[in-house]
Amino acid sequence: MDKKTVLNETHRDMGARMVPFGGWDMPVHYGSQLDEHHAVRRDAGMFDVCHMTVVDLRGAGVRPFLHRLLANDVDKLKTPGKALYSCMLRPDGGVIDDLIVYFLTDDWFRVVVNAATTDKDLEWIREQANGFDVLVEPRFDLGMIAVQGPQARTKAEKLLPQALRAPAMALKPFSAAYAGDWFVGRTGYTGEDGFELMLPEADVPGLWRALAEAGVRPCGLGARDTLRLEAGMNLYGSDMDESQSPLTSGLTWTVAFEPARRDFIGRSALENQQSAGSLPKFTGLLLEGKGILRGHQKLFDGEREVGETTSGGFSPTLERSIAMARVVADAGDQLTVDIRGKRLPVRRVKMPFVRHGKSCIET
Amino acid sequence: MSNDVPTDLRYTRSHEWVRVDDEGIATIGITDHAQELLGDLVFVELPEVGSELGAGAECAVVESVKAASDVFSPLSGEVVEVNEVLADAPETINQDAYEDGWIFRIRMADPDELDALMDADSYAEHSESDED
Repeated sequence: MDKKTVLNETHRDMGARMVPFGGWDMPVHYGSQLDEHHAVRRDAGMFDVCHMTVVDLRGAGVRPFLHRLLANDVDKLKTPGKALYSCMLRPDGGVIDDLIVYFLTDDWFRVVVNAATTDKDLEWIREQANGFDVLVEPRFDLGMIAVQGPQARTKAEKLLPQALRAPAMALKPFSAAYAGDWFVGRTGYTGEDGFELMLPEADVPGLWRALAEAGVRPCGLGARDTLRLEAGMNLYGSDMDESQSPLTSGLTWTVAFEPARRDFIGRSALENQQSAGSLPKFTGLLLEGKGILRGHQKLFDGEREVGETTSGGFSPTLERSIAMARVVADAGDQLTVDIRGKRLPVRRVKMPFVRHGKSCIET
Repeated sequence: MSNDVPTDLRYTRSHEWVRVDDEGIATIGITDHAQELLGDLVFVELPEVGSELGAGAECAVVESVKAASDVFSPLSGEVVEVNEVLADAPETINQDAYEDGWIFRIRMADPDELDALMDADSYAEHSESDED
């Protein structure tokens, strides 16, 4: 039996098609995935992300603990409220999960981890917290709604608690504010402006309906996937997992090797990978003709197999098919992809494909 | 949720429909139920005109934003025409699965194969039981 978020009944009432996703019963769309995608690029849409897990880390030892736990460095967060994207690695460099960490006070950080990985993440975090003065507190009492799109913040503003409105509207990208158990981050997974709202579960359905009435379109996981793909944002379990390191997943920018004395889990493995060289490259792909790229399609440079796609699909904004892929270090820029036995030309492009409603690549 | 199931067509368990004309030409597409399950279609790979298909053969692919799905030929025969409109406007299937959204036409090799297909009532029942 799949788990249900607090919005399950609401989704059904609003005509969602529900599908199993990582152990959860979630909406894939409410009629048209394409319309939902465009709503986020052009106006405002919202996503039920209550299945993701908020974990509060509290205690005097939280900063040294995160220095150890995360491949990115929380010391980059200079002011309270700032957020950072990071991977959490195994000693061999494999990615356990990717997450966002918010610096709230000197003894309080908040992380948000993926739904399907929650159990193993919590187990790992608790295990590593041994010996640090840190309390690991999963906030299953909180739900989360992502409101995304150029009009998202404006439409959401008046539905926030009074005390949070001005601070929320003053937020810079990748930072957060809170009042009581309501928390607003100017973050997201779509390549558009917007908020991720965390709030007590009991308040979630009311907020969802109020947002809908304010003209924020309910969107399913389908649009969430095409939006994040266009935005060049990795999906855990597809684009990276425990068998890959950030260095082979386009996430080198999220690894803080400086300062050299910070001994985060996985550091020596990543250093060994770097010095060995010839690491596979993570790249964006654009299908030159018609067809649809999907994950796990084989790529060729001439007759030589050079890698495979990790995720792919139709880009509603570009009206072309795009993908992320992992290829050998010396693969060329013009490749072919095997789709059902046919070789079709693809071109390597720099990601993101789309940001703030606009194409970032030459089609 | 119930979908449109025209009574003058025959159907397969894999959600194709068949319309037969007086000259033994069968027009084939996917049902309204199938297009709704798939969601917004963004690509259709058509069979080649002139190719010979066996009943049950994979002969086309419809891809939605979500996934690729095979289309199986309900009947054996030679492909005589494909719906070129779908190359540029795959969403035609979402908009009109039974008319403008047809996929291909074949000259039937064995009209008796029609007897193995479902009528509208059986298909309606099948597609409802298939509902998730």
